[in-house]
Amino acid sequence: PPPMECIFGLVGDGFTLLVADASARRSVFLYKQDEDKIFPIDEHKAMAVTGEPGDTTLFAELIQKNLALCTLRVGVPRSPHATAHFTRAIMAENLRRSPYFVNLLLAGHDKDEGPSLYYLDYLASLQKLNFAAHGYGAFFILSLFDRYYRPGMSLPEAIKLANLCIAQLRLRFVISTPAFTAKVVDTDGVRMVDLKNEGVRMVDLKNEEEMVVVEE
Amino acid sequence: GILSRKMSIDTYNGSSMIGMIGKDCIAIASDTRLGVQLKTIDTNFKKVFKATDHCLIGMTGLATDVQTLASVFRYKTHLYKLREGEEIRASTFSNLVATTLYEKRLGPYFADPIVAGLEKDHKTGKIVPVLATYDLIGCYQKCSNFAVGGTSQNMLYGACESYWKENMEPDELFEVISQCLFSSMDRDCLSGWGAEVYILTPEKLIVKRLKSRMDQF
Repeated sequence: PPPMECIFGLVGDGFTLLVADASARRSVFLYKQDEDKIFPIDEHKAMAVTGEPGDTTLFAELIQKNLALCTLRVGVPRSPHATAHFTRAIMAENLRRSPYFVNLLLAGHDKDEGPSLYYLDYLASLQKLNFAAHGYGAFFILSLFDRYYRPGMSLPEAIKLANLCIAQLRLRFVISTPAFTAKVVDTDGVRMVDLKNEGVRMVDLKNEEEMVVVEE
Repeated sequence: GILSRKMSIDTYNGSSMIGMIGKDCIAIASDTRLGVQLKTIDTNFKKVFKATDHCLIGMTGLATDVQTLASVFRYKTHLYKLREGEEIRASTFSNLVATTLYEKRLGPYFADPIVAGLEKDHKTGKIVPVLATYDLIGCYQKCSNFAVGGTSQNMLYGACESYWKENMEPDELFEVISQCLFSSMDRDCLSGWGAEVYILTPEKLIVKRLKSRMDQF
């Protein structure tokens, strides 16, 4: 499937921020604009997935449930490092059988490792990174991160940077992706974050007044 | 990808690698770029792995297969150690690499390894360097001077042929291997963004990270 959906993430001071666009679309149709592509894997891990429509949810849930089983068996949750390599192993094993066309970003927080972000593409190439992005949007987002990302950013700074990336996509990316969801992973766990992207909002089609958009 | 060019599996991620023999020492150098066609994902991607304390294996080609093979070789060398009671010798390991690749003859790993190691000849006690290169299905080729691989392979051949000479000490070997790698890597858009050089002597392993031209060229 063409990589029009965009997910990105960055590691900050004691947290990892994951942002995913909230659109579900097939060819020329836009089904919904409030799709949540960021799955909580564990108490301190989250995975943003993009790619082949059925595979994404299937694979995310596969990892979620297998990790829950691991935790039940062992008693202690797996570290983000172990989780990332476990995920890669499953993808690599299936690569030459029945591949999962899923690109994902795995965010985790650990007492020893601190916050972490793992990039995993559909071929099962794994790399631990400070910031990463998938999809066509990555061409814009990575450049902005190269310029503005600093290690140890605070959450408000990270959200500001995320909003800058979203604004850039709105301005220069041919596919319109107005809505984004974001989740942050830190010592307290996985929680939703409101990006408050100014000027980017979903149109309420039931409200006739909203249908007339006047740009000044 | 974003440009409509025909994708080739061995140029999908991009890499450059050299192995070189010196006087009682051996060196292996690689770039550290992880790319997806023309997009660079990371500049710190590991392509050279330790098989044992006296043997290194570096792999070029598809990044996922480089990582999978690194696990496979780690698994095989660990089991060897448990079974045999001692670490695998460099020449034995180089054979193991060939057979492992051939196991997948009809559905190969898209990686071209270079094995660089040192072993002691049990009769004469002399240090024998082991340098071998393979194609994706395990065509084992022993090298007596240098081995190259990756997307800038052709350029590497030229550079190494000009500057390699026999019996180089570790310092000179480091200098030569680095310069050869840089001159070829800098002309290849798919590899570069930093380099790692491993120099293996009988006493120690020296690892150096080098900052090359940090751009696409």
